Amino acid sequence: MTVGLLVTCMNDALFPDTGRAVVTLLRRLGVEVDFPAAQTCCGQPMVNTGYLDEAVPLLRRHLEAFAGYEAVVVPSGSCAGSVRHQHRLVAERSGDPGLVRAVEQAAPVYELSEYLVDVLGVVDVGAYFPHRVTYHPTCHSLRMLGVGDRPTRLLQAVRGLRLVELPAATECCGFGGTFAVKNSETSIAMGADKARHVRESGAEVLVAGDNSCLTHIGGLLSRERSGVRVMHLAEVLAATEPVIEEAPREADRTSAGSAALTAGGAR
Amino acid sequence: MSATFLGTPAFPTAARAALADTQLRRNLAHATGTIRAKRAAVVGEVDEWERLRLAGAALKDRTLRHLDTYLVQLEESLTRAGATVHWARDAAEANRIVVDIARVHGTDEVVKVKSMATAEIGLNEALEAAGIHAWETDLAELIVQLGEDLPSHILVPAIHRNRSEVREIFLREMGRHGKAAPRDLTDTPAELAAAARAHLREKFLRAKVAVSGANFAVAETGTLAVVESEGNGRMCLTLPEVLVSVVGIEKLVPTWADLDVFLQLLPRSSTGERMNPYTSMWTGVTPGDGPQEVHVVLLDNGRTDVLADEVGRQALRCIRCSACLNVCPVYERTGGHSYGSVYPGPIGAILTPMLRGVGHDTQLDSLPYASSLCGACFEVCPVRIDIPEVLVHLRTKVVDAHRGEPKVQNLAMKAASWALSDARRTAAAEKVSGAVGRVLRGTKRRAPGGRGVLGALPGPAAAWSDARDVPVPAPESFRAWWARTDGGRRGNGGAK
Repeated sequence: MTVGLLVTCMNDALFPDTGRAVVTLLRRLGVEVDFPAAQTCCGQPMVNTGYLDEAVPLLRRHLEAFAGYEAVVVPSGSCAGSVRHQHRLVAERSGDPGLVRAVEQAAPVYELSEYLVDVLGVVDVGAYFPHRVTYHPTCHSLRMLGVGDRPTRLLQAVRGLRLVELPAATECCGFGGTFAVKNSETSIAMGADKARHVRESGAEVLVAGDNSCLTHIGGLLSRERSGVRVMHLAEVLAATEPVIEEAPREADRTSAGSAALTAGGAR
Repeated sequence: MSATFLGTPAFPTAARAALADTQLRRNLAHATGTIRAKRAAVVGEVDEWERLRLAGAALKDRTLRHLDTYLVQLEESLTRAGATVHWARDAAEANRIVVDIARVHGTDEVVKVKSMATAEIGLNEALEAAGIHAWETDLAELIVQLGEDLPSHILVPAIHRNRSEVREIFLREMGRHGKAAPRDLTDTPAELAAAARAHLREKFLRAKVAVSGANFAVAETGTLAVVESEGNGRMCLTLPEVLVSVVGIEKLVPTWADLDVFLQLLPRSSTGERMNPYTSMWTGVTPGDGPQEVHVVLLDNGRTDVLADEVGRQALRCIRCSACLNVCPVYERTGGHSYGSVYPGPIGAILTPMLRGVGHDTQLDSLPYASSLCGACFEVCPVRIDIPEVLVHLRTKVVDAHRGEPKVQNLAMKAASWALSDARRTAAAEKVSGAVGRVLRGTKRRAPGGRGVLGALPGPAAAWSDARDVPVPAPESFRAWWARTDGGRRGNGGAK
């Protein structure tokens, strides 16, 4: 089965490691992944700011790019939500019945954790990540898609990973797309509380399924020199145990002790 | 005593002042946190909660679909029960009707049950202008009124005040408007309530005319219902000789049995109680019992315009429970005054612009943007108003009203749409950001984990970066990596 990867415009330009992690992870699970190069952006930034006309050409591009795929996987709760809940609105706005039909007939779009748990039926993806992690359920994955405990089940199955509770986890981080700059003071006030909860959790790594929210919370954690990093769920799930290579037989014992570590996908 | 929201700046500006008010932040965080937990506990007890929500939404939708029929039925039922029905197209008409009734009875004061509809039309100010004092009798409304303040919450209008502030207001103001507070008043809730009780009792016993709203109006029987916690409503609705109720036309329910659903949904959603302490219902005039002259003012004031909006009309389901305010992370931090409207919070951000019209006022047009679209409001709404959907819908209307104007945002969105509607153009833009990424790769500032970041930037970038570090763009986009390595199958597949 070949799935189309909707990498999202933000990951494409700012977080390509997340896209690569999805490819690594899905291939490891036996899924053929394709990246339709005609894709650009799902149009969510326009729709959520009120620019429906501006989203119409993006929708056409999206539908063309993913035509013919059985399923589309996207490492973002909010982009998945946008495709599922907003594309019809944009199509109706265009006044083009063909576009409305195309939206209705488009392949199903799965947020990464949905695809892994619901379609592939896996919870243990064979990952290894020996760190103390907390998980922020982003609003659109939590409330718009209803991914529920899928991400945390995936994380709990990661070897070496210790999942700690995030206080007030379901509260919005304050990113909100253009809200983050149009109402930056309120956005920062919300983010400051989220960052405080992250620090209270005692985690080393904050994980979420949306790099947009992580850029906001991570930007605050970075400014505070908090010592807490942010990582996309895909990157944690792609990480595997370093392969300790057998020392060549002719080499002496001391060099075998400093076996080369091969990075397993974690940055 | 008149305070209005006129002159409130656009939301981002108003919010900035509120965000810096430490006492407000503390009071709101405490109060919304408490009520949020109470609601969650009592809603969690009801196995059929989701079915109740669906029933509430369906009942309201059916009523709104046949509003013309039910309104006429309500008028007939009320008239049959001895009430006088008045129709008011707007605030001015409604205010004139109430003022005229008070004048006919030669009174210079009325007692009031807390009512959002009368706050919406500015009735107190209209009565004041006619030389008639309107005494608010709800404890929180009394605090707001005595403090010459504005309500900041639908259910708990003085949520922004703590008990020390309430004590100061009572000591300072009560004596100027009636029975003074005891000189040795402390800030214990029981003493504050006792002072309010003594102050208000005098007014209840003296007033000839009472003004109320209604939570529900039953079309088949002509029964009005007021749901409250303090008993002040019961006093107002039973003691005076004349009762005037201002009722929004969306408050209708077709039958008595429909109240079954709403009286389960409302208290649990609003105060976090299984049932509210006082539910008063009256059907016109009952000889020898209660007010002998009953008026009902049916208020439109923009509601039929909202009804005409296919997406927005769901806002008319609202039963004013304020659960959306209590869970809203924006409201929790900015408070109600920032919205510049008697309806604050998420419901206010959709209802106020729709009642007053979108696209002609900067302050009103800023309200649909006063949300991160987190969806917590929709999740708790007892009548399933999809507030995020309506917010986005109203943003579209705001944008459409200003299309073609040379605004920065219009130009930026046009440019983004152009660059993102063709993958070659997107790739070209990413080449530029990749070049920036390569130049800045050596930046000294590192985020936890090691990625290069930029600190505070000048100009428009400051809105993001004055508190949040900015990640340096990736030297190579995902698209370019895929093309170069055939999706990681060629070369070592690694990142550049």
